[in-house]
Amino acid sequence: MSHGFNPIGFLTRTRRPGRIEITDILSWLWLIAGTLAVLVPVVWAGLSSFKPAAEITRFPPTLLPRTAVETSVQGYEKPLSLWTVTIDGKTREMAMVRRIGLKAQMVDPQSPEAPVSVDVRAMSPVQKLTAATENYTDPLTRFDFLTFLKNSVFVTFVATLLTLIVNAMAAFALSKYRFRGKNAIFVLIISTLMIPLTVVMVPAYLVVVGVGLVDSLWGIIIPTVASPTAVFLLRQYMLTIPDELIEAARVDAASEFRIFWRIILPLTAPALAVLAIFSVLWRWNDFLWPLIVLSSRENFTLQVGLNAFQGEFSVQWHYILAMTFLSLLPVTAVFLFLQKYITTGIAGTGMK
Amino acid sequence: MGNLKLTNISKSFGALTVLHDINLSIDDGKFVVFVGPSGCGKSTLLRIIAGLEDITTGEIEISGRDVVHLSPAERKIAMVFQSYALYPHMSVRKNLAFGLENLRFKRDEIEVRINEAARMLAIEPYLDRKPRQLSGGQRQRVAIGRAIVRNPDIFLFDEPLSNLDAALRVQTRAEITKLHRDIKTTMIYVTHDQVEAMTMADQIVVLNSGRIEQVGTPLELFERPKNLFVAGFLGSPRMNMLKATVIGMHDDGMTLDMGYGTTWTTGIEPDTSMIGKAVLAGVRPAHFSVSEQDGLPFVVQYYESLGTETYVYGTLEGQSDQIIIHQAGHFSPAPGSRLKITPLPDRLHVFDPETGLAIPRKAKQRDEAHAFA
Amino acid sequence: MRLLEVRDMIGRLAGLLMGIVEAPINALEGFMGRKRMPYLFLAPNLLLFGIFTFLPIAIAAGYAFTGGTELFVSDRPFVGFDNFRQLLACEDYLRPGSCRESLFWTAIWNTLWFVAFNVTATLLAALVTALILNRAIAARGFFRAIFFYPVLLSPVVIGLIWKWFLDRNGLLNAFLQILGVPPEIFLLDVGWSRFFVVVVSVWFHMGFYTLILLAGLQAIPKDLYEAAAIDAASPRRTLLRITLPLLGPNLLVVLILLMIRSVQIFDEAWVLTNGGGPGTANSFIVQYIYQMAFGSDLRLFGLASAASVLMGLVLLVLTLIQLRLGRKMES
Ligand SMILES: Nc1ncnc2c1ncn2[C@@H]1O[C@H](COP(=O)(O)OP(=O)(O)OP(=O)(O)O)[C@@H](O)[C@H]1O
Ligand SMILES: [Mg+2]
Repeated sequence: MSHGFNPIGFLTRTRRPGRIEITDILSWLWLIAGTLAVLVPVVWAGLSSFKPAAEITRFPPTLLPRTAVETSVQGYEKPLSLWTVTIDGKTREMAMVRRIGLKAQMVDPQSPEAPVSVDVRAMSPVQKLTAATENYTDPLTRFDFLTFLKNSVFVTFVATLLTLIVNAMAAFALSKYRFRGKNAIFVLIISTLMIPLTVVMVPAYLVVVGVGLVDSLWGIIIPTVASPTAVFLLRQYMLTIPDELIEAARVDAASEFRIFWRIILPLTAPALAVLAIFSVLWRWNDFLWPLIVLSSRENFTLQVGLNAFQGEFSVQWHYILAMTFLSLLPVTAVFLFLQKYITTGIAGTGMK
Repeated sequence: MGNLKLTNISKSFGALTVLHDINLSIDDGKFVVFVGPSGCGKSTLLRIIAGLEDITTGEIEISGRDVVHLSPAERKIAMVFQSYALYPHMSVRKNLAFGLENLRFKRDEIEVRINEAARMLAIEPYLDRKPRQLSGGQRQRVAIGRAIVRNPDIFLFDEPLSNLDAALRVQTRAEITKLHRDIKTTMIYVTHDQVEAMTMADQIVVLNSGRIEQVGTPLELFERPKNLFVAGFLGSPRMNMLKATVIGMHDDGMTLDMGYGTTWTTGIEPDTSMIGKAVLAGVRPAHFSVSEQDGLPFVVQYYESLGTETYVYGTLEGQSDQIIIHQAGHFSPAPGSRLKITPLPDRLHVFDPETGLAIPRKAKQRDEAHAFA
Repeated sequence: MRLLEVRDMIGRLAGLLMGIVEAPINALEGFMGRKRMPYLFLAPNLLLFGIFTFLPIAIAAGYAFTGGTELFVSDRPFVGFDNFRQLLACEDYLRPGSCRESLFWTAIWNTLWFVAFNVTATLLAALVTALILNRAIAARGFFRAIFFYPVLLSPVVIGLIWKWFLDRNGLLNAFLQILGVPPEIFLLDVGWSRFFVVVVSVWFHMGFYTLILLAGLQAIPKDLYEAAAIDAASPRRTLLRITLPLLGPNLLVVLILLMIRSVQIFDEAWVLTNGGGPGTANSFIVQYIYQMAFGSDLRLFGLASAASVLMGLVLLVLTLIQLRLGRKMES
C-alpha cells in the first residue's frame, strides 16, 4: 500500500470520483432505508422483550424498556407508584394512593398525612430504565422452555454431526473410488434434490410412523440426515484432493477407513465447516417437519414450542418476545462471527 | 531380500491395453530405471508393482512371494510419488510416523526410525513443520524419508525429480544414488529423462507403447542398442541416421556404400544375404571425425559452441535430413562451408529399416574404456 | 498452554473412540476386501435415503388414489381418481365458493396471488439492491451482511417479530399515531394482512437472491464496462445494453427459484396470520395439505396427497425449466 487509508475518501466514494450524482443519492437512500427496514423490527422486538408485563401493552409505547418507580410511604403497607404532578403551576413528585375515575388521591412521600385529590390529566408517571429479566427466567423455569431449548440443542447437535459423517462417507465413496453403479447412485441421489418436503410430507410421515419414530426427537433427526446437497458439496470438494495422497496412505498400510478418517476428513475441513454452519442453522430454524412429527409437549423444539406458546398465551407478549429473542440469539452470533463464510458459501453453492 | 519377478504382465483400462506381456526380473539391491516417452506405461507398471493397480493377466513375485493378491502395505514396498503426496495437514514427523503407526510399531521404535531417517536426509530441523512450509527440495527429501522409515524390500520412485529446478535436480540425483549405495535396497525408478537413467541406473528398462524394448546396463544400451527406438531414445543429441546400401562382406564385417563415392567398412557381423540391401547407418554426433579431405560432404548450417565443446548442425550435400556432429573444444566453421566427415569405424551401428532391429556387431569389438566420448 | 493440553486431551479421546469404531470396520474390510469398501461407505447414506426419501416418493401416489382415514396404504381402500375428482369438482374455478373443496380453491387463488406479488417484489428489490451493491460503494460488505441477515432467521421468529411490529400496540401504529393516522389492527384486515404477508416474505428472502444476483454481476468482465465507457455509453444505456442482458440467465434462474419457493409458502405466513387468518384470507396450498392431513382429527391423507401430487406436478414443471436454463447457461 503506497498511500494510507483515507476515511473521508472511503465514505464518499462514488461512481465517479469528485462528482456526486443523483443515482448516488438514491443508492444511499435505498441502502439506508433497507438497513432500517431490516433492523427496526428486530431491534424493536429485542427492546420490547425487556419490558415488564405492565408496560408492554402501553400505547403509545416507549422505545426503551422502562418501569414505574415505586416508593414505600409511611402508613401504607404496599409501595406506592411515583408520579410527577402539577398543582397550581408547581411541579412536584407525589405517590398515588388510589385512583377513582379522572381523579387520583396522592400523598407527598415526605409528609404522608394529608392526601390530596389530583386530576389524572395533570400527572405523568415517574419511570426508570429497566430490564425485565423475569421475561426470560419465567418461561425457562415455570413453562417448558428449558425443555424446548434442550430439545433444539440436542437435535441441532446430533443431526449436524450425523449429517457430516454420513454424507462425508458417501461423498468419499463417490469421489475417490471406481466401482460398479457409481454413476447411477450419484444421479439417483442428486435427482432427489428436486423433490421438496412439502410434496412428500404425508408419505414421509407414514414412514416415520412405520419405523416407530413418530413424536420422538429421532424422528426429526434421522430422516433429514442423508442430504443430497451435502453429498454434492462434499464430493465436489473431495474431487480436488489429489488421488496420490490416498495411494500414499495405502502404501503406508492405512486401512480404507483410516484413510477416510485421518486423511480425507481433515483435508475436507473447509467444506465440512460450511456444511456444519448450514446444518446448524437449518436444524435450529426448522419448523414444518417438527410440527408434523412431534405431538407431545415435552418433545417440542424451540420453534414448535414458540408457535404453540404464542397460540396459548397470545396476550403475554413479554414472554413470547423474550423467547423469540432467545431463539434468535445463537443464529445472530453465528452470523456475526461467520458472516463471510456464509455469504461466500451461498454465492459459491447456491445452497440455502 | 528384495528381488522382483514379473511374468507375462498385461494391463488394460477397458478396451485400451497399455501394457503388453511384460517379462522382467530384477535382482536384489539393484538400482533399476524405467525409461520411455510420455504415456508409454512406466507409471502404470510401477503402480502395478506397488499394488495400486490391478493386473489384467500375469504374475508378480517380490522376494519370492506371489504378491498379486496382496495390498500395497503387505508387499513390503515403499513409494515416492511425483507430487510427493505428503499429507498436508500433518507435520513432517507425523508424515513419517503415519505408516509405522498403521503397522502398529511401538512408539520408541517409531521415534528411533524417524530420527535415523531425518539424520540421513538432513531434515531434522524441519520435523515439526507442515509440508507447505518446506521448499520443493525439502519436501522431496521428506517424501524419501517417509519411504525409508518403512524399511521396505523395494523402493519405488515415480519421476521424483520432475518438480525440482535444474540445479536441485542434479544435486538430488546424486543424493539418491548415494542413498542407494548406503542402504543397498532394491530401487525402481521411473523417469523420462535419459540423463537420470544413464547416470543413476545399474540397469535400464526401456519401455515404448507398453512394451519393453531393451533391458541392460547404461553402457550396453548406449553401445549396443537393440533397435532404432532405443538408439534414438538414448543419447543426446540423438544418433544420426544415414541412408546406406550393403555392397560387400569380408572377414572384418560388411562394407556400406554411403553415396558420394564413399564406402565405409564396419565391424558388423557379415551376412551375405544382405548384399544389395538398403540399411540405416547410425552414428552418434560424437563419433564423427572431421577432416578437409576424406569423407562425406557436410554443409554447415550453424553451430552452437559451449566453449569446451561444439555442436555443428548441417546436412549432407544435396540432402535435407539434419545431421549433428560434436567436436571437442571451440570450433567455428562458417555457415555454408563444407566439411568432410567420417565415423569412427567401430562406433558405427547398422539397422534394418524394415524391422527396425540392429544388425549385431562382431563380439570381439568391444572397448568400453572410451565409451562416453 | 492449558488450551493445548485440552486440545491434546480431546484429540486423544477422539483417537480412543475412533480406535473402538475402527477395529470392527477394519475387520469388515479384511473380510470384504478393499474393493467393496465404497459400498460400505455408501451404505448408511443409501439406507437413510431409501427409507426416508425414496420410499415416501414411491408411496406418494399410493396415497393419492386411496381413501379412508387409515394411515398405512395397505389398509386403505382404493378409490381411483375420486380424490382428484373431489378436488377438481367446481362450477366456476374463479369462485372458490362454488367448488366442492372450496378451501382448496381458495388456497390456490391465494397462492397464485401471493406468488405473483411476491415474485415481482422480491425480484425487483433484490435486483435493485444487487445493482447498488455492485457499484464501488463504501461499506459494501456491511450492507450485504445486513440485507442477508434475515435469511438466517427462523420463520417462526420472523412471524413473531413482525406480528409484534404490526400489533395494535406495536411500533408501526405508534409511527402512524405521530402522523395522525388512527391505529389499525393490520393482521385482522384482509387487505392489509395479505399485503404484509408479502412484505414479510420479501423482507425474509430478499437477501438470498441479492447475493446470487450480486455473484452474477461480479462475474461480468470489467473490460466490458471499460469498453462501454470508451464508447461513451450513458449509465442507463450501459445498464440496459450490457448489465441486464448479461445478467439475464441469472435473473431467469432466480425467477424460477423464487417461483418454486413461493408456491410452497407456509411457515412464516402460518405464524404471522395465526394459521391463515383472517378467515381464509391467507390460507395457502401447503397449509391446505397440512390441515387436511394433520390439522384436524379427520386425517384426510388421500385428499392431502392428491393435492400434493398436483402441487408436485407444478413444481416439477418449474424445476425442469430451471434445469433446462442451467444447462443453457453452462454452454
Ligand atoms: N486410470 C486410467 N484409465 C485409463 N487409461 C489410463 C489410466 N491410467 C493411465 N492410462 C493410460 O495408460 C497409458 C500409460 O499411462 P502411464 O501413466 O503409465 O504413462 P507414463 O509412462 O507414466 O507417462 P508419463 O511419463 O507422462 O508419466 C496412457 O496412455 C494413459 O492414458
Ligand atoms: Mg507417469
